[in-house]
Amino acid sequence: MTNEAIIQLKDIDVTFHNKGQTVEAVKKVSLTVNRGDIYGVVGYSGAGKSTLVRVINRLQKPTAGSVDVNGQDILALNSRDLRAARTKIGMIFQHFNLMDSRTIADNVDYPLKGGKLSRTERKEKVAHLLDLVGLTEKATDYPAQLSGGQKQRVAIARALANDPEILVSDEATSALDPKTTSAILELLKRLNKELGLTVVLITHEMEAVKEICNKVAVMEDGEIIERGDLVTIFSQPKQPLTKDFINTATQINQALEKIYRQASTLGLDDHHQLVQLQYVGATTDAPLITELYKRYEVVSNILYGNVEILQDTPLGNLIVVMTGEPDKLSTAWQYCQDAGITITHLKPKKPGVA
Amino acid sequence: MGWFAKYFPNAVTMKSDFIQATGETLYMTAITAIIAGILGMAIGIGLIVTQPGGILENRIVYNILDKFVNLFRSIPFVILLAIIAPVTRIIVGTAIGTTAAIVPLVIGSAPFYARQIQNALAEVDHGVIEAAESVGSGPIAIIFRVYLKEGLADIIRSSVLTLISLIDLTAMAGAIGGGGLGNLAVNIGYNRFQTDVIFLAMLIILVIVFIIQLVGDWLARRVDHTA
Repeated sequence: MTNEAIIQLKDIDVTFHNKGQTVEAVKKVSLTVNRGDIYGVVGYSGAGKSTLVRVINRLQKPTAGSVDVNGQDILALNSRDLRAARTKIGMIFQHFNLMDSRTIADNVDYPLKGGKLSRTERKEKVAHLLDLVGLTEKATDYPAQLSGGQKQRVAIARALANDPEILVSDEATSALDPKTTSAILELLKRLNKELGLTVVLITHEMEAVKEICNKVAVMEDGEIIERGDLVTIFSQPKQPLTKDFINTATQINQALEKIYRQASTLGLDDHHQLVQLQYVGATTDAPLITELYKRYEVVSNILYGNVEILQDTPLGNLIVVMTGEPDKLSTAWQYCQDAGITITHLKPKKPGVA
Repeated sequence: MGWFAKYFPNAVTMKSDFIQATGETLYMTAITAIIAGILGMAIGIGLIVTQPGGILENRIVYNILDKFVNLFRSIPFVILLAIIAPVTRIIVGTAIGTTAAIVPLVIGSAPFYARQIQNALAEVDHGVIEAAESVGSGPIAIIFRVYLKEGLADIIRSSVLTLISLIDLTAMAGAIGGGGLGNLAVNIGYNRFQTDVIFLAMLIILVIVFIIQLVGDWLARRVDHTA
């Protein structure tokens, strides 16, 4: 991964006027995507993420700001040059947007029509693209005969027809089941590795980001509220919304909810404390638990454990009840912190209140 | 043919009149279909691409086309026939006869067809248009390779509808001197109380309509791959 910027959005504003109402969909957003990045843009629907990425190929004209893609000022292009620039920015959509009247091969061939390639060259190219997405045997079928995942593969092949350097994925997995989602994400990651494709991935699911992105930006109300590389965002989220997204993705929220519901059975008091341990990188949990017992006679009862591998870096989460003398507990926590483990003291809400 | 002479005592003696009238009806329908088809298609496409949110959004052009279509759609055809007569005389040289009938027929059916085409093309998923734009397609490519291709099944269905209503209009034009089966049914059948002539003219028109409907449905099914 180089650090050469391929997409630079600066101070983008997008304002819609509709029947006397003004909606600021995107407010003063700047975003830089480097060549080879898989950049995730996460947010709930209505956060403005789709509008923001549509600015990249000028499907959406920004009200203010500048757009630089591959060294070209996209907003300054005339319509002919804009069309040429768009061939180098592939895009896939939530509802696939295939042409029902064309066969799969014809759909993939569509962007090549009117181009420089001869008929035979186009045929070869289409065959190669279908092979790339694993749909060679479906070439003569129509979209209506395909499953959602297969349709999205066709859409990916179509988006790649003109050898773009950038692929914008607008909620491309949101209409798919989890297994198909993984397969499509896997494909995007492979294309990123094999073709050096830069991917901008818009989604409302942190799971998707977690699987393939190296960078992530979180959007809320038309603004990017937090951004950074994946591991940093996952290990040290600052904004409540980011934490919420991450906890949902790692299923810690669900685990905590269950634990809190049975809080009374845990018998928590000064000697029994509920804590969350979080560690990044090579620190492993098994020796830690025994170490705590050996050194401080603190017994840890693991209620929930989870390890995410993000960009080849493990990110672990443990929810444990630590039992021991209060002063020993404090020293144990200090020991953990010295070892680079983040400790969060959890206070179950009173039953009935939660 | 004994039964035919029995039930169609007058019509049986008018074989050449019927052949000529059927020819006239088909002639008016075909020529009008071609001219009104091209005009209506152009206006319909114009409406779709210039409408708010269209690929060549243009409020002024859209409003002009829209008002034009509405205006001519709201004039009853019988009145249009009379009003348009001077224009017909300028274009064709006469306001009476089969060829002269084509002018009001075009003006009467083109706006109707334009609206049908607009509706058919409006069914094309906006996302597909956006996908075409995202791979660098320009307006011409989007019109011919996306709108007309994706909307083809609906275009065929609308064309069938327009053709059938056009045959209806030719019968009306015939009644005021345009010739054709309508003329035969009214001026001979109705005025001379020869009910069998009216009935046979109606049967022939029904057969033409059924054939158009059958062929249209078959074609539409063939190009429709949505299910």
